[in-house]
Amino acid sequence: MSVKTPSKLEKILSSGNLAVTSECGPPRGSDPKAVTKKAEMIKDYVDAVNITDNQTSVTRMSSLAACIHLKLMGVEPILQMVTRDRNRIAIQSDILGAASFDIFNMLCLSGDHQSFGDCPQGQNVHDLDSMQLLQTVHLMRDEGKFLGGADIKRPPQMFVGAAANPFADPFEIRVPRLAKKIASGAEFIQTQCIYNVDKFEEWMKQVCDRGLHEKVYILAGVTPLKSVGMAKFMKNRVPGMDVPDDIVKRMADTPKEKQPEEGINICVETIERLKSVEGVKGFHIMAIEWEEKVPGIVERAGLYPRPEIGAEN
Amino acid sequence: MIVADKKPVEEIIDYVTDCKNILVLGCNECVTVCEAGGKKEVEVLASTLRMCFLNQGTEVSIDEITLERQCDHEYLEEIRDVADRYDAIISLACGVGVQFMAEKYHSVPIYPGVNTCFLGATEKRGLWTERCQACGNCMLAITGGICPVSRCAKRILNGPCGGSSNGKCEINKDLDCAWQLIIDRLKALDRLEDYEKICSIKDWSTDRAGGPRKVVREDVQS
Amino acid sequence: MRLQYPANVKIIRLPCTGKIDLIHILRAFEKGADGVYVVGCLEGGCHYIGGNLRARKRVEQARKILDLTGIGGERVQMYNLSASDGPLFVQYAIEMNEKILELGPNPIKLKKDAAA
Repeated sequence: MSVKTPSKLEKILSSGNLAVTSECGPPRGSDPKAVTKKAEMIKDYVDAVNITDNQTSVTRMSSLAACIHLKLMGVEPILQMVTRDRNRIAIQSDILGAASFDIFNMLCLSGDHQSFGDCPQGQNVHDLDSMQLLQTVHLMRDEGKFLGGADIKRPPQMFVGAAANPFADPFEIRVPRLAKKIASGAEFIQTQCIYNVDKFEEWMKQVCDRGLHEKVYILAGVTPLKSVGMAKFMKNRVPGMDVPDDIVKRMADTPKEKQPEEGINICVETIERLKSVEGVKGFHIMAIEWEEKVPGIVERAGLYPRPEIGAEN
Repeated sequence: MIVADKKPVEEIIDYVTDCKNILVLGCNECVTVCEAGGKKEVEVLASTLRMCFLNQGTEVSIDEITLERQCDHEYLEEIRDVADRYDAIISLACGVGVQFMAEKYHSVPIYPGVNTCFLGATEKRGLWTERCQACGNCMLAITGGICPVSRCAKRILNGPCGGSSNGKCEINKDLDCAWQLIIDRLKALDRLEDYEKICSIKDWSTDRAGGPRKVVREDVQS
Repeated sequence: MRLQYPANVKIIRLPCTGKIDLIHILRAFEKGADGVYVVGCLEGGCHYIGGNLRARKRVEQARKILDLTGIGGERVQMYNLSASDGPLFVQYAIEMNEKILELGPNPIKLKKDAAA
């Protein structure tokens, strides 16, 4: 796959290195240090950092603003954008805003339903869906055009990605759905957190059988468990999450004070195992409000130091 | 049909609390079928209001009429001679009927007696569910006859989202995932390959988002 | 059996309690009835399968409306008994009569009388 953008993440992936990304959730307030502190902890251990967009529909500092803080401190941001809160005008406008700060990566999502968040009575927009957002970014980048047909002066240069959940229902269209995202223009994929490696491998095999792994870079998502309570919550309460019983049992059998350490052990072992799965091109480590553990996980998983490839500016 | 639900009587009493002559006006169409605003509901509401006023010791006259429809001129004309007698008319028609009444009879306040909910079907007596959002650009042909606009909580046109679980929607386990239904249906029709056709960005200008809509048919106008 | 029941109970006969409509109950109160009770067959024993169950729902609806209008939902009541159970019929009649005597007259009737 040829390099199409100045994105450092894209360069690392195209050079054949395993990429490492992580994510930071913006604060429920306006203190920039809440973002920069998290980024400071992980910046030397990852290639790029996702900034979530009002995740779980809870209102937070804007993803774009937080991305700009990262960019200004020399960290490569991945702008997450959901289609729930913006119509096509706001979406294109925010893409241009991000491009004006030379933000080179974007992850296109539909977003959790607002009924989960702090404004359940709000309207959802969903003027576009995640695939249509992917197409929109491509139109703006590759054709240099707005959806309305007019030319863009200095088009955005975004490396575009999407999410994939190998575990959601119905399983039979998991791979076709990935194919649609690729057909819509997804160049990289960050997956849902993987705990059921067997099922993930089954999905990846189907992905490879269709040759999709040669059309998209797949970053396997992992999230260290902090406690048995978190494992149970993820298993029972988070839609589309697959936490096998043996993982829950392993956490439950560990004394409470050792559970965080065990969660990290599981995470590192998962990465080790996934490294040998055909089609896995990197890892997306989502340490939810636990960013300080990312460097340790990266080191123990043998992914440190990170390759020295800079973004163009 | 248009599905409506009864408004709380307390709310209706608030509208008409100072009135002396009230008409409760039902509609024989959709709201009769969904048991919110037909002849029977007119009787019950009128009786309830009468008892409320009697119990307060106020003398109020309450009449009951149910029209064939409240969304057509000719039926609304049937009350032309009596409409002025009332200082309030409570319309148990859908929002269309209430507005059409108000457009026709300027001097009498028209109050809604129901909450208009959606375009839906009677699954069984006492259970009505949504089927259509009148987006003005029907796509049922490509979705196996199941509408993602009205039946997917996110209105997603290339679904399902990651929240689909065991065929149910992430926002409510009692709610079918519309996209699961679509996939099941496409499979039954041996058309699952159609699933991979990417649904293009929808033109919502024919939807509510495009402003109040009209259908003009000069060929049938007189 | 020649059993006696209170004389101020006026019986309205129906082929089945399922025939009763919400509006019949409401109209009775509008016209000044102090109480209404519906006596149906035992649940599960309806000749028309579910007539008495429908009646119970309508009694419940009436009760809500009577509470709302300030007349009092306790003035309406559903009873079930076997068609041959005369003594129980009398017992329910006495019970309802005592309850209504305790509650006093329908407030609407009082206000109508005061206005007249």
